[in-house]
Amino acid sequence: MSAHTDTIDEFVASDYKYGFVTDIESESLEPGLNEDVVRFISAKKNEPEWLLEWRLKALRHFEKMESPTWPHVKYPPVDFQDISYYSAPKKKGDGPKSLDEVDPKLLETYEKLGVPLHERARLAGVAVDAVFDSESIGTTFKEDLARAGVIFCSISEAVQEHPELVKKYLGTVVPYTDNFYATLNSAVFSDGSFVYIPKGTRCPMELSTYFRINAANTGQFERTLIVAEESSHVSYLEGCTAPMRDENQLHAAVVELVALDNAEIKYSTVQNWYPGDEEGRGGIYNFVTKRGICKTNAKISWTQVETGSAITWKYPSVILQGDNSIGEFYSVALTNKAQQADTGTKMVHIGKNTRSTIVSKGISAGRGQNSYRGLVQVGKKATNARNFSQCDSLLIGDKCGAHTFPYIEAKNPSASIEHEATTSKIGEDQIFYCNQRGLEPQDAVNMIVNGFCKEVFRELPMEFAVEAQKLLDVSLEGSVG
Amino acid sequence: MLEIKNLQAGIEDKPILKGIDLSVNAGEVHAIMGPNGSGKSTLASVLAGRDGYDVTGGKVLLQDDDLLDLAPEERAREGVFLAFQYPVEIPGVNSAYFLRSAVNEIRKHRGEEELDAMNFLKAVKAKMKELGLSEDFLKRPVNAGFSGGEKKRNEILQMAMLNPKLAVLDETDSGLDIDALRIVADGVNRLKGTDNAQVVITHYQRLLDYIVPDFVHVLYDGRIIKSGDKTLAHELEEKGYDWLIRDAA
Repeated sequence: MSAHTDTIDEFVASDYKYGFVTDIESESLEPGLNEDVVRFISAKKNEPEWLLEWRLKALRHFEKMESPTWPHVKYPPVDFQDISYYSAPKKKGDGPKSLDEVDPKLLETYEKLGVPLHERARLAGVAVDAVFDSESIGTTFKEDLARAGVIFCSISEAVQEHPELVKKYLGTVVPYTDNFYATLNSAVFSDGSFVYIPKGTRCPMELSTYFRINAANTGQFERTLIVAEESSHVSYLEGCTAPMRDENQLHAAVVELVALDNAEIKYSTVQNWYPGDEEGRGGIYNFVTKRGICKTNAKISWTQVETGSAITWKYPSVILQGDNSIGEFYSVALTNKAQQADTGTKMVHIGKNTRSTIVSKGISAGRGQNSYRGLVQVGKKATNARNFSQCDSLLIGDKCGAHTFPYIEAKNPSASIEHEATTSKIGEDQIFYCNQRGLEPQDAVNMIVNGFCKEVFRELPMEFAVEAQKLLDVSLEGSVG
Repeated sequence: MLEIKNLQAGIEDKPILKGIDLSVNAGEVHAIMGPNGSGKSTLASVLAGRDGYDVTGGKVLLQDDDLLDLAPEERAREGVFLAFQYPVEIPGVNSAYFLRSAVNEIRKHRGEEELDAMNFLKAVKAKMKELGLSEDFLKRPVNAGFSGGEKKRNEILQMAMLNPKLAVLDETDSGLDIDALRIVADGVNRLKGTDNAQVVITHYQRLLDYIVPDFVHVLYDGRIIKSGDKTLAHELEEKGYDWLIRDAA
């Protein structure tokens, strides 16, 4: 009778706005994974011997490993010999010394993505490191940050300029033996960001890295290391996009956070890798290891809004080693079309009076499959450890799925662990109620979903909360017929 | 204002409305009464365009538009307001934000300028004062955790802000205590004007002590079997529906 029969049953393609390809000459390695490839990457970056050794140890370890099968996701086996492990925009001469010398095409690309690296960036008040395929192409606000003693640069640069810091912390939170994809990353990581906040310093601005995959058949393996010295504070945000391609591309990153005594790190992610089409063709395999360690009274807070990728597989975790340390995880994961996500967190309570909070909001639409997987572990010595977990799932339509896998291990009787979980469905009646007040069905869905995610959005830095909300709206476009 | 002609509708293959004729002029209040299962709520749903009902015949004209051709949100923008029997909860969505979005959709449709947050707040606070509602309504998520009475009062607030041409109240009185009933009735009476009309669907005559209808219709088995003025309501209160049903059979 009305045009809205089966309002939430029909799913049509929404446009992925960031699916363009930058036509730029790049230098890529032939596909394949072996010792020569690792040596090539290391040599390309002029790395010290210890780092090459570390990479080679990881490679040897990787060769003995098998890819994990426990995640609740389905995909054909990845042929690791069919991936190129290095691709970078071709440099003219010695390469750019400052942003003024960066290829204008690259600057244009970031401009198009809404991440201006030039003048306008200054107005935004956010320092940006832009990583294009395997290389960091530039970092803004470097001088301003240096005055505060903050180091913010690509990890390749950090290896050259601050080798002692990299050597001291690299692999201390995620060792090269950690897991299949982290081990692969340790062998072939190409670039990523490095942040160092000196003792007692509050980083004067938001730091942000923007990851862009451009080249075809390339994996992106970035490595990010953030070290917050005693009583320091930093807020860091990463954003990610990729062109639309029919083949799947692998993104296997590692992020390590070190929060020393009384330090605080807030790490926010807005992930919008190309999700693939309705049939599940193309899209990024986002297999990422993120972990932080908290010393005494330290705090690490992960906030993530995951709307992209064909498959997401990541568990930003916190090791609460120091007494009174705090770990937080706030997550919105949206799966639409044929997307799959298996995501959650691990909170490992080791110190006394450690506290953790987990708020996970999973949204499934289309044929999306969304799983929350979380581990709360309380060690023998973690007296008075406290955890609160809340996992809510929202279903849009009847072809999607939501799953929750909470694991709890408590070895100390004084631990207090609370877990709440709900699953709800956007009802025809909720949409009709909004329609009856004059709102379009799509606006109604967006409003309902944003309401559902509110607790997570308010953890994001102000300007990104607005972005995240818009992103969610775009990702849900076409989710009602 | 509203012209319903031989309206027939049902769910799947089951006919519920079997030919309704009703004419409502601007400035009038019509009450629709009837026993359970007579089709009262179906009528409200079909007028608002709720999914799941098949209209098999007839016409519904609001001024010159055939409502049945319009999507629910278009009907709302044309001035149809349905006060729900069971208002829906929308967790996490702030009531003020929700209401402002609705008001602005309707203003846009009418070619009026959208209200910014400041002007909206001014307008809504004035309205709440008029209706005797507490301002903390605005800070809470839409209907989430509201008591039955609060939900109904929220409907009345929305109605007052949206200023509809045709308000359909679907058993708005059910489950209300006497104070809430007064507030609801007061809201309806305040809305009453020369350029709008109200259709009040109720099971009990109680509400009609507060909202005085110009016409009362009795719906039974998908048809209007009796129409009259407000005295009909009192008669029903005394005698029940059986005598009418016997007459109709």
